[in-house]
Amino acid sequence: MAATGTMRRSFGSLAFSISKRAFSTSPSPVDANGLKSMNLFSAINHALQIALESDPRAYVFGEDVSFGGVFRCTTGLADRFGKGRVFNTPLCEQGIVGFGIGLAAMGNRAIAEIQFADYIYPAFDQIVNEAAKFRYRSGNQFNCGGLTIRAPYGAVGHGGHYHSQSPESFFCHVPGIKVVIPRSPKQAKGLLLSCIRDPNPIVFFEPKWLYRLAVEEVPEHDYMLPLSEAEVIRQGTDITLVGWGAQLAVMEQACIDAEKEGISCELIDLRTLLPWDKETVEASVRKTGRLLVSHEAPVTGGFGAEISASMVERCFLRLEAPVARVCGLDTPFPLVFEPFYMPTKNKILDAIKSTVNY
Amino acid sequence: MALPLGKSKRILQCLKSKICVVGLGKNSFWSGWFHHGCPSSMAPLAPTCRNPDAVLVNAATQFATRRFESTKAEKHVDSLCDAEGNQLLDFPGGKVAFTSEMRFIPESPMERAHCYRVLDDNGQPNMSNFVQVSKEVAVKMYATMLTLQVMDTIFYEAQRQGRISFYVTSIGEEAINVASAAALSIDDVIFPQYREPGVLLWRGFTLQEFANQCFGNKADYGKGRQMPIHYGSNKHNYVTVSSTVATQIPQAVGAAYSLKMDGKDACTVTYFGDGGSSTGDFHAALNFAAVMEAPVIFICRNNGWAISTPVSDQFRSDGVVVRGRGYGVRSIRVDGNDALAMYTAVHAARKMAITEHRPILIEALTYRAGHHSTSDDSSKYRPVSEIELWRMARDPVSRLRRWIESNDWWSGEAESELRSNVRKEVLDAIQVAERVEKPPIAEIFTDVYDAPPSNLCEQEKLLRETIRRYPQDYPPDVPAL
Repeated sequence: MAATGTMRRSFGSLAFSISKRAFSTSPSPVDANGLKSMNLFSAINHALQIALESDPRAYVFGEDVSFGGVFRCTTGLADRFGKGRVFNTPLCEQGIVGFGIGLAAMGNRAIAEIQFADYIYPAFDQIVNEAAKFRYRSGNQFNCGGLTIRAPYGAVGHGGHYHSQSPESFFCHVPGIKVVIPRSPKQAKGLLLSCIRDPNPIVFFEPKWLYRLAVEEVPEHDYMLPLSEAEVIRQGTDITLVGWGAQLAVMEQACIDAEKEGISCELIDLRTLLPWDKETVEASVRKTGRLLVSHEAPVTGGFGAEISASMVERCFLRLEAPVARVCGLDTPFPLVFEPFYMPTKNKILDAIKSTVNY
Repeated sequence: MALPLGKSKRILQCLKSKICVVGLGKNSFWSGWFHHGCPSSMAPLAPTCRNPDAVLVNAATQFATRRFESTKAEKHVDSLCDAEGNQLLDFPGGKVAFTSEMRFIPESPMERAHCYRVLDDNGQPNMSNFVQVSKEVAVKMYATMLTLQVMDTIFYEAQRQGRISFYVTSIGEEAINVASAAALSIDDVIFPQYREPGVLLWRGFTLQEFANQCFGNKADYGKGRQMPIHYGSNKHNYVTVSSTVATQIPQAVGAAYSLKMDGKDACTVTYFGDGGSSTGDFHAALNFAAVMEAPVIFICRNNGWAISTPVSDQFRSDGVVVRGRGYGVRSIRVDGNDALAMYTAVHAARKMAITEHRPILIEALTYRAGHHSTSDDSSKYRPVSEIELWRMARDPVSRLRRWIESNDWWSGEAESELRSNVRKEVLDAIQVAERVEKPPIAEIFTDVYDAPPSNLCEQEKLLRETIRRYPQDYPPDVPAL
């Protein structure tokens, strides 16, 4: 998926850079701190390598995984770890996840790839009725905690209905699984390793928009980032913004613009959507008194609704204004109309202002 | 459409048309039953199928043993078609011989796949090359089958009396359950559907353990979370039942792959019904198993009914066994009511699965002599006379009994003694299970994840407050500790 055409977003001071590796000066930039300049798919690749290295009973599988994957996340893995551990599956998502559950039930780390989140639905039964309930229904005699399902999600500029979806909210409604979404290469590597090693089945959505474009200094060693802990990535006092994945970069731009107009924004990356860190968001909303949630997925029934309802429950009297949601339209994801569908920086900026001026 | 015989023979072989299976020529025991469920539109093949059946089957068996490492189709074609110097077409997936004759592979075989059987209706073996089970194993199989039958009858009654909420019997399928289990090792991991408690029974799950799960009491390993008959036991390598049909099948494949990669002397075995074979998960699983070369045995209990849906509304293939070839999976059709045939077939399947790293499909033909569940009255959709016929005249338990009696391994006294002991034990188990309290409410919130997240801790706190305020809303046998 080449990110050609109009770059509708510009990325500012968010920790990574979306340009052609602007600050790498040497061919293999590894600095003395053990950091390496990597984009998102390389960071994912790194995490998978470490996972396969550190556990001989880890497996990576899915459609086209063997040659490196359509997004190159699995490059080199089959050569290095062998076709028994890194392998293609037939084209069948329900089979991929069902097979993965069985592998995980035997104590393996089963890292399944779904080629696009748009195609995850055939596996929905296996995820909801089986993976999510495997431990509970067996009275903890069995579990498939070793299962991690990775899928690229989100807008990519030209993906249309079936290469752009953000289906996270369907999964956030399923007790028993976790849902994790990284915002950058460094986050992705650490979160993915945590997901792989977490003893619960997890769906890990990777923002495909950032696969090549996001470049960051990523530690080369084995490190993990905590699940169910949101991160405040920008401090502020007037309004709390909550988001995840690629949308954070857009939100950050809005925060920068708002600051020029004297509005101080606090920006939170949820990172784990299920189970989500209500405490961090609540503490921030108590500080600012205002909340705005933004996601690409359609607004109705999107995960923003859960965040809004929870914060209204907890912080009603503190709130100065209704919770704002700046999200995708309630339509299938359109192609030529993508710029109209998306929750843009200016839509967010307008919502920030009207919330602050309520 | 007549063809020169020599060329047609080769072309037939090269196209691997599934025309004929070796026939013993006589009507099988099952033919009468199949007429009931099957459409009449099974047209015979065009007369060009003159190839002697035996040649095809022997060739198939020969090349099957040759195809040890690979399941690629072209090896067969290469070895059978090169000799004449015919041009082979080279496409992805392998070489194929071409034909100038446009010929559709028939939708159904001239003759249905034959059904392997050892014991006749009177429990007498009709051939000698089956696995000779010892007296100990035979008697244990019989006793377990009988126990299952008695247990089912009494638990069914308990549901009717309102003592348990739901029950599913396995009447008519005792041989499939027990004989398959007997041919396996305890290390083989079972992925059941929900009509296979006999496998658990064989492995040593006690009547008390069954009763505990049905009552969902605090001794239930499932901690009272699921409906009755959703058994599971990790110490018996029996993965917990879920109501969803066929979801276990691809899971069994993944687990089998694990066993292969870990170099274990074990396979996985998964069971499902004729209905389950229609699902997408069945298709996914067989295909994956073949490609991954996974040591998994697929046992289809084709009992003729999926609740009220007869097999004629379920599929139009020759049952389930023929689908195996569609995936590159070796398959066999077996008389599911014949304990020795089941035992022998599963024994062989296990060996092939483990040593050859391949999946095997076993279609066990049988009849669901009971209702689908306690929520079903099958007399509404099938004649009571049919149910009675299978229950009485074709009971797998009686058939095995005749065999062990004919070996002087069993007697009328042993029979009455076992029956009354089991009956008493089941009744006792039910009485005990009924009085054991339910698991505490803390178990609502555990095991959703490995550790409860904060939202669940919060909900537990709120729930406890509500219970304190309104105890009358809640069942008294669930401790609110």
